[in-house]
Order: sequence, then structure tokens, then C-alpha cells
Amino acid sequence: MTANPSIQDTSSRRTSFLGKGLEVRRGLLAWAFIVPITLVHLVVVVGPGISGLYYALTDWSGIGKAEFIGLGNFVELFTEDLNFRAAFRHNLFWMAFFLTVPMIMALSAASLLAQIRRGAMVIRSMFYLPYVLPSIVSAFTWSMLLNPSLGIGAALDKIGIKGLDHPWLGDFRTALASIAFADNWHWWGFLSILFLTAMQAIPVDLYDAAKMDGANRWQQFRNVTLPGIRPTILFMLLMTAIWSFLAFDYVWILTQGGPSGASELVSSHLYKQAFLRFEAGYAAAIGLTVSLMAGCIVGGFTILRRRGWEI
Amino acid sequence: MIHRLFGQRENLAPNYIILGLLCAFAVIPILILGFNSLKSNLELGENSVGFPRQFQWSNYPDAWEQGGFAVTMTNSVIFVVGTVTGVVVLGGMAAYALARLNPRGSNLYMIYMLSLSTIPFWLYAVPLFILWKNLSLLNTRFGLIVIYIALNSPFAIFLLRSFLVKFPPDFEDAARVDGATEVQVLTKVVLPIMWPGLLTVALVVALGVWGEFQIALIFMQEDEKMPLTTSYFNFMRRFSRDWSLTAAGAIMMILPVLIIFMGLQRRFVEGLTQGGLK
Repeated sequence: MTANPSIQDTSSRRTSFLGKGLEVRRGLLAWAFIVPITLVHLVVVVGPGISGLYYALTDWSGIGKAEFIGLGNFVELFTEDLNFRAAFRHNLFWMAFFLTVPMIMALSAASLLAQIRRGAMVIRSMFYLPYVLPSIVSAFTWSMLLNPSLGIGAALDKIGIKGLDHPWLGDFRTALASIAFADNWHWWGFLSILFLTAMQAIPVDLYDAAKMDGANRWQQFRNVTLPGIRPTILFMLLMTAIWSFLAFDYVWILTQGGPSGASELVSSHLYKQAFLRFEAGYAAAIGLTVSLMAGCIVGGFTILRRRGWEI
Repeated sequence: MIHRLFGQRENLAPNYIILGLLCAFAVIPILILGFNSLKSNLELGENSVGFPRQFQWSNYPDAWEQGGFAVTMTNSVIFVVGTVTGVVVLGGMAAYALARLNPRGSNLYMIYMLSLSTIPFWLYAVPLFILWKNLSLLNTRFGLIVIYIALNSPFAIFLLRSFLVKFPPDFEDAARVDGATEVQVLTKVVLPIMWPGLLTVALVVALGVWGEFQIALIFMQEDEKMPLTTSYFNFMRRFSRDWSLTAAGAIMMILPVLIIFMGLQRRFVEGLTQGGLK
């Protein structure tokens, strides 16, 4: 957050005509306004966040006294817990999927949509629609549509298109990808509207100049659109990378990590440890590990930026 | 040259074909959900994705009854109203103070807020659960609403603050010169200015809470206090073979959202686009 020059101006102007005493009183009033929500934050996020750092170093069921075991949880996590290792691999797949598939879909949709006028508003709303649905509804819809005997596959089978009546969510080879597909269904359209909004801020002159130089549509996209919305793309790539370590809803609703751990994500693994097996200390260690990974991504991003990469 | 620039219209047919396919991908699943909610289970067996041949409207009252929607919908409304009120009032106060009253350290506070909103939920989920258990806030409506308020307010403060900063404070100063107290300035001058921003925040927060799943799953485990989402999760697993029933339940859950979406589309799109970047 950089200081906004207009705020600075008004504040100095005010001091001059409000006087010192009033200024102090308004400062107090300001903090009286800020304190309530800050307290709520401290209690819900910051306090537990800090105590989580300690719990991660303990063996604790959540009741009674926590036993300090140093880095024991992390040793177990990285050397013995094969489920965590598998879950971590699945999260990497998840990240790779969401850094590519929705990005490509959204970029193509947005650039195609930016060129048309008639019907653009209707198409926009349609793209947007899945995003406003609760995750439970979109997940349920896809569990229905991906069912081998009653879903799309079965319907296509009846009209002669064979081979799609596969138990997508029940087969350990396809479960994770199917869940990612369902999650992406509600996500890509929203992403395309974000990109479209960014594209609409690109000056039209740039396109006119490119056309003047004889650029075709691909060249315009490559040399005008992409550089124009670069900050938005990079920001969304960064957020996607962070969010992919937090994904939970779709996995939990559709498979709960199954069949036999084939779609386990770090978050569902953590949920099971904490709330089904009551390993509070161990779950806190997983939470800390995930957060550190997300932190590393942000850190790497910031370092690259400092080094002069234009991102 | 001019002819090439203005005379030749680009061929937009490929655009419409691809966009049409993408629209179909986005909308058809929702349509099928609606179709299936009106079929009998028997029909669903042979006609699983098509238009219903016979409308079985009774699926809706049945789902309403068996899924306990009267109770869970009330719960969801309570969570939405409680959270929206808390976020709008507490977040609005903080945003006003940060944008207008220029307390010392307000920039530092914004940085604090920004970093706070990037802390992953899973870092504090377990300790928060234990804390809530010790404070007897687990499985209480108040406890869940407090969590929702905390998690939604950074976005609200950012949006409302940047909304206020766009307006010059001249009206407020004029009111002060006329002898208005700070409270009067707030209610008579600032509130009307902030109104559109508050409405956007309310809409985005309401949508988020209405569909929220994972926090409710952890912090609200008593059936009669569950929101729609987690109670529907149990309903869906209990009636996993009775899809016309569960589809009807899903439609009832999204109907309020769809109606509001149609009515307030522009604000929705604006708010969510900003909210998505929180």
C-alpha cells in the first residue's frame, strides 16, 4: 500500500483549520473504530495462527496437556507418512492443472469475448453463472453427471458414443483429474471475466496500430493483449499456486480422498488427522508445512520481482 | 489503406462458435440439474440427462421435508444476516477511519491486513477449533458467525476504503463547519456516500456465506444448527441413489442465488471481480 497523495493533502489542510485538540480526538475516534474488527481478527486468525506454531511441535490429542516433542511431527511427516507424500504429489498435480487448464480456457474465452459486441453481456453472465453456485451444488451436479450408469457417459453410450460411461470418480486412475475437472468447471468462467475486465483497459489505439502494421489476430493477441493484461495473469498465477495447497471442498464432497487415497489432498489428509483421528499436534504440523509452502511461493515470486523480472 | 482499416469487417463467426460451446459447457450442467429435479426416479434411470417427459413436482416438497430445509435454510439465513451485519458495521467503521480520520500508522495497518488475509486457513484451523471448544463457541451460531466476520472483513475493508478514498472529503468538512458532530457526519454524510460500496460488500459476503462449506463442516456439527451446505452434504449421502430428490434439494439451495444474480447482475460481477482479488 503506497500512500495516496490526495489523503496526505487533505490531512494537512484539515489540521490547519481543525486545530490540535480536535485532531487528537479524531485520532482516538479512528482507533475506536478500528479496534473492534481488529480484535475479532486477532482472536480468530492471529492468535490461533501463533499457537499453531507451538502445537506443531507437540504430540497432542486436543484434550489435556500437549507433550512437547520438538520436530518429531515433521520427522514423521517427511520420513514415515506415505499418505502425506501421496497427498503432496496430488497437490502438485492439482497446481499444474489449475495453472494451465483454466488459464488457457479463460484467456481464449476472454480474448474471443473482447472482440464481439452483440450478445457479449449474455455470454458474460453465462460464463459467470457456475461461479455463484455453492461448491456443494456444483460438486453434486458433477457427481451425477460423471456417474457411469446415470450420467453423461451413459447417455452418450445409448446414442452410440461408447467408452465414456466410465466410473470417473470411482477409478483410482481418474478420480483426482475428475475432481479437478469439476472444480475447474466453476472456476474458469470467473477467471475469464477477470481477464476480460483487464483486457478492456487496454487502449484501442494499440490494436489499431497493430492492425496498421498488418498484424493478424494471433499476433495482436500475442503482442498487444498478453502484455496488456500481464499483471493480472501473473497475479492470478500466483494466487492459483497458493490456493492449490488449500483446495478442499470438491475433494471432500466428491470422494473424501478415495478410492484408497487416490484423490487425497494435503488438506483432506489434515482434516482426517485433526477431526477424525484427533491428532491435533500432527495436524497443526501439516498445516504449518502447507503454509510454509505457500509462503515459499510468495517469497520466490517476490525475489524474482526484486531481481528485476518484470512480474 | 483506410479501406483496409475500416471497411473490412473481421469475421466473428469462429468467435461465436467457440463462445457458444463454452456457454454450453457452463450452463448445460445446471439445466440437467433442473431437468433431473423434476423427473421420477424411474424416468431418471432411462432418461438421465434429457428434458423430463413427465413433471414430478412432488420432488420439491419431498426434498424440503426429508432434507429438513425449513430448519437449515433458516440457519443459513441467520449466518448470512449475522455475518453481513458484522462485516458491514465493523468493517465499514474501520474502512471509514482508515480512509478519512488518518490515524497514525494507518498504512502499516493496511499492510497488516493484507498479510493477514493471505494466512492459509489450515495454519490456524486446528488451534481455532480447540480455542472455540474451550470457549464453548463450538457448534454455536455466534461462534461460526464470528469466524465468518473475521475471514470476510479484510476484503470488505480494502473495498470500502478504496471506495471512500475516491470521494473528496469536502462534504464532510462542510458539515463540520456547519457544526455537525462526528456522529452526524457519519450518519448523514458518509453513509449515503458509502451506500453502493456497502451493498456490493453485503452481496459478495452473503454469497460467500450462503455457499460456505469447509468452515461449517468443522465448526458446526449439530444437525439442527447446520447451514444448508453441510446439511445438504449429509442429505446427499443419505439419499445417494435418489437423485431426483437430491437434485430438487440442490435447486432449492441455488434458487435464491440465481434470482439475486439475475436481478443485480452488474453489481454482482463488479463486486466479485474485486472480491476475487482479495
